[in-house]
Amino acid sequence: MTRVTQQTARIVFFISAAASAMAAALVFGFLLVFGFPLIGGGEFFSLLARPWSPGQGLYGFLPMTMGTAAISFLSIVFAFPLSLGTVCFMGGLGPARISRLLDGFVRFMTGIPTVIYGFLGIFLLVPVVRTLFTSAGSGMCILSASLMLSLLVSPTMIIFFKDGFDSVDFRYIRAADALGADSVQRLIYVILPGAWPGIVTGVIMGLGRAMGDTLIALMIAGNAVHVPGSILDSARTLTSHIALVSASDYESLAFKSIFACGLTLYVLNALAVIAVRRLGRKRGQV
Amino acid sequence: MFERIRTGIIKKTGIAAMSLLAGLAFFLVSAQAGAIDSFNGLSGEIRISGGTAHIPVMKEAARQIMTANSEISISIAGGGSGVGIKQVGEGIVDIGNSGRAPSDAEVEQYGLNLFKWAIDGVGVAVNPGNPVISLTKAQLKDIYSGKITNWKDLGGKDSLITVYTRDESSGTRAVFWKKALDKGDIVSSANFVVSNGAMKTAVANDPNAIGYVSVGHMDASVAGVALDGVFPTIDTVKSGEYTVARGLYSNTKGDPSGLTKLFIEYLLSPEGQQIVVQKGFVPVN
Repeated sequence: MTRVTQQTARIVFFISAAASAMAAALVFGFLLVFGFPLIGGGEFFSLLARPWSPGQGLYGFLPMTMGTAAISFLSIVFAFPLSLGTVCFMGGLGPARISRLLDGFVRFMTGIPTVIYGFLGIFLLVPVVRTLFTSAGSGMCILSASLMLSLLVSPTMIIFFKDGFDSVDFRYIRAADALGADSVQRLIYVILPGAWPGIVTGVIMGLGRAMGDTLIALMIAGNAVHVPGSILDSARTLTSHIALVSASDYESLAFKSIFACGLTLYVLNALAVIAVRRLGRKRGQV
Repeated sequence: MFERIRTGIIKKTGIAAMSLLAGLAFFLVSAQAGAIDSFNGLSGEIRISGGTAHIPVMKEAARQIMTANSEISISIAGGGSGVGIKQVGEGIVDIGNSGRAPSDAEVEQYGLNLFKWAIDGVGVAVNPGNPVISLTKAQLKDIYSGKITNWKDLGGKDSLITVYTRDESSGTRAVFWKKALDKGDIVSSANFVVSNGAMKTAVANDPNAIGYVSVGHMDASVAGVALDGVFPTIDTVKSGEYTVARGLYSNTKGDPSGLTKLFIEYLLSPEGQQIVVQKGFVPVN
């Protein structure tokens, strides 16, 4: 009886694992097939380097690729110290009661829909950015979007960082204590190195969320179609571009070009994951 | 029964015939008393999406109908003219609204029927605090193409102009681009917003903004700018003095039937046209 149950369980779990792996591959295949008219003609690579101006027959998405890169990278730059600081506080530097409260709050934050952040951004953050920096124009810019986005990705990063912290072998911590390390030394020399894999995973997940999010950038980055020159420039991400263009005529070239756009996002995301893993591994060896 | 235009067949030569048809349609519709009574005893759902300029009228019409008959539910979504045309063509919604006449290709592909129930102007809007209240068409084109970048060149204060525009699926954008900018360039640093409502919010909150909204959406939160001396108001749109104007269309796939047909008849009835006037648009009749 238990043998049969085990066998069934194995099959069920294999199917679900295979299905989710297949889904990722299928999405990639789907994008390839639909983007093929552009890729096959060798046009794909010129699209990567061209501006977007459908009126003149230009369907490139260099500005959006730059927009996505700038906004997601900057949001991680803001979110990383914030998240790491929070986790250090929760993982030994702060009082346990407050840490538990903070933990619950962070978990609650992961559930806040992104449109709420976008909405808050329009009414609270954008006017502040506009008044602080006169060259920011409307206040809808990379800075506003990445600040808001860092709020969105921090809870994800905190949860993964905390998992990393919790996975550090307790005996090492005891050993450090026995050697007379204070809480800061314990954190820097024992916990942080041990938690490194969790930190790398957290950054990857955060980056993935930042790159994949559509609404915050759509609502407060301004969506201009030029290559941004500063963090106070209005910019459009690949995701908002897809959202904006998919509303246009299905038969238009503009619409067809967004498959290539999706492919670029997919590849960009994969590259970011690989890059972070590489960086993480090097650090781990030291 | 009502105005039915197939742009693929009736082109410019048919304008006289169309207005005759419209007149006839109005006569017939107005002959039946209380278009809202025709919903009596019916039940079901009407799904509407598309043009964002249409929404105030759609909401009010839906409210009237659903108040009179609680068995009918009407859902209204935005998305822009392109979305409306596409969704009705694919049978996702019953009525797809558009702020431009669907192209011949779209009519052909989806077998659309067009019903024009209002005329709407697209007005240039700035923040109410902006002293610039009048522009020439040439100045407007220079602002949108990025040649004029500071309000001081237009008699305003010394600050950079933030240009706002709409996404490609917007009918408001299509009309503005064609009739106000003469299909001229829009500077690539322009900010994009996704609805008439969002445009109004953006312009109302940004002291250096310039944008364009449906005249029906204009209120005290934004200031309409005169174009070549003509302010965008219902009166100037109606008289034809203000030329940046378009029809508001509701499109159906094939001939409308059932509730969808009644809804369009209601829009074209005196009660429906009253809502059109009340929401700041020019009635077709």
